[in-house]
Amino acid sequence: MPKENHRGATAGSQDFDRLNADWFIDKSVQILVFIGGISAIIFIIGIFVFISKEGLGFIAGDFDAREFFLSPNWRPTSEGNPTYGILALIAGTASVTGLAMLVAIPFSLGAAIYIAEFATGKKREFLKVVVELLAAIPSVVWGFIGLAIMNPIIIKVFNVPIGLTVLNAGIILGLMAAPIMTSIAEDALKAVPDKYREAAEAMGATRWQIIWKVVLPAAKNGLLGAVLLGVGRGFGETMAVLMATGHSINIPTSVFDSVRALTATIAAELGETAVGSPHYQALFTIGIFLFVITFIINLTADLIVRGVRKG
Amino acid sequence: MFETTELNKKNRRNERLVRAVLGTMTGLLVLPVVLILSMLIYKGGPVISFEFLFTSPTNGMTAGGIFPALLGTVLLVVVALLASVPLGVAAAIYLSEYAPDNWTTRAINLAIINLAGVPSIVHALFGVGAFVIFFKFGTSILAASLTLAIMTLPVVIVATRESLQAVPLAFREACWNMGATRWQTIHRVVLPNAITGILTGVILEVSRTAGETAPIMFTGAAFFLPLLPQGVLDQTMALSLHLFVVATQVPGMPERLPYGVALVLISMVLLMNSMSIALRMYLRGKKKW
Repeated sequence: MPKENHRGATAGSQDFDRLNADWFIDKSVQILVFIGGISAIIFIIGIFVFISKEGLGFIAGDFDAREFFLSPNWRPTSEGNPTYGILALIAGTASVTGLAMLVAIPFSLGAAIYIAEFATGKKREFLKVVVELLAAIPSVVWGFIGLAIMNPIIIKVFNVPIGLTVLNAGIILGLMAAPIMTSIAEDALKAVPDKYREAAEAMGATRWQIIWKVVLPAAKNGLLGAVLLGVGRGFGETMAVLMATGHSINIPTSVFDSVRALTATIAAELGETAVGSPHYQALFTIGIFLFVITFIINLTADLIVRGVRKG
Repeated sequence: MFETTELNKKNRRNERLVRAVLGTMTGLLVLPVVLILSMLIYKGGPVISFEFLFTSPTNGMTAGGIFPALLGTVLLVVVALLASVPLGVAAAIYLSEYAPDNWTTRAINLAIINLAGVPSIVHALFGVGAFVIFFKFGTSILAASLTLAIMTLPVVIVATRESLQAVPLAFREACWNMGATRWQTIHRVVLPNAITGILTGVILEVSRTAGETAPIMFTGAAFFLPLLPQGVLDQTMALSLHLFVVATQVPGMPERLPYGVALVLISMVLLMNSMSIALRMYLRGKKKW
């Protein structure tokens, strides 16, 4: 059959004889789903652009990097001489996240090893479902638990005047992050090929020797990725730390001090600021800081986990 | 012939010990949550009644029900899904069926991971900067739902991509060999085989969206409104924010009321998740390939 249209000769020549409605529908769908795909990139760039746009006035004007990062004085509403130092807020976030990781890392790694290597059949399925459900509990409910249940318990057990402290928020955040870390760590352990275990077993190794000497080293990167994602989650958590930390600006010296986190500061103060005021812009600047830090954490976690898959 | 040696005994002892320790750790992870949930049910259970669910708060929110908040959460979730499901499914189809292994695809995957990892309060700031101020939606259901939609987009994308990739390549090849185009293959063969899997992702997203608080605080959810919203450009109350408000912002709150709100919220979320898990298990049992 003679072909009058020669465009197909250079690109996609297999489509040459069928430039009909189906072909055009196919091409338009391909473009549509591509737009869906790159929308994720557009959104992540959009987030950075829009929060930068709102925060830019502050960075260009009152911003003093030394004061911002090194001063513990966050007094944005002070008449005459407002100060915008986030050191105490960083200390608050870091102390709570640090304690949360002390709680979450051993327990979630232990649980992941148990689920992946020891539990079998129905028990394994059940534990996996429970872990998944735990990960679904909304953060505002965790915050309420810290406020209404943990607070009186801490006051009573440790005989302290206030229970909304680093300890409270750290435990709450640890319980929140643990299920996610458990399921990622379990995936990492399951990704270790069975032939490694079989080879070790054939050499007469016990189950624990296999786990300790073979499986854990092989899954090292995946486990590290799980921990990093847990840190990212703790760092960015908002409602739970807003409700359970006590929300007072403080560089903590013990776990019984109240602190205030970066995220909680934005959540508590944004509603009270005038759009475009220095205070409002300073809150967006904290947002930029949070965005950059979590971006780095997620990127690192992804690179580490991906490293395993290639190796 | 084969006698149990000291080493055998020691190994067996160690193994039992390790198993017990790890099992206890798993138990300790689950136990506090079970205790907390029973506490919520014990204290919140008596509060919940037909009246609690279907009347408005009265007396400065210290009495009455939670109907406007419940309705608001449903509205926010529905509008968010209308935006995120088509977009998320399209993105997943691209990643599973079209995407070549190049830097664009890697960038998309990285963006998805980061959308899921950016703190919820940063999503809130984005919602304020983009939807409330720049697109001039004001603080409204539309602005809040779009913020939620972008935040939960990764949930739909990841679940859909997984269920699309679970459809064997042989199905597609058979269809291509019949002369079908890519889209005909996706539309007639791949999607019908993946639809239940996509549904599990959508249910998960409903649960995620309903529980989020920070992203809607400044974009469309209000502490208290005397009237129900009339359209998507109105503000609304929401269950998650309502829990925050009754737990922290209202003096003279009766002790049990916040427990009731927390119980309703957590029941909704866990119910949705259980449905999604049950559907996934049913699907796994039914799979023919």
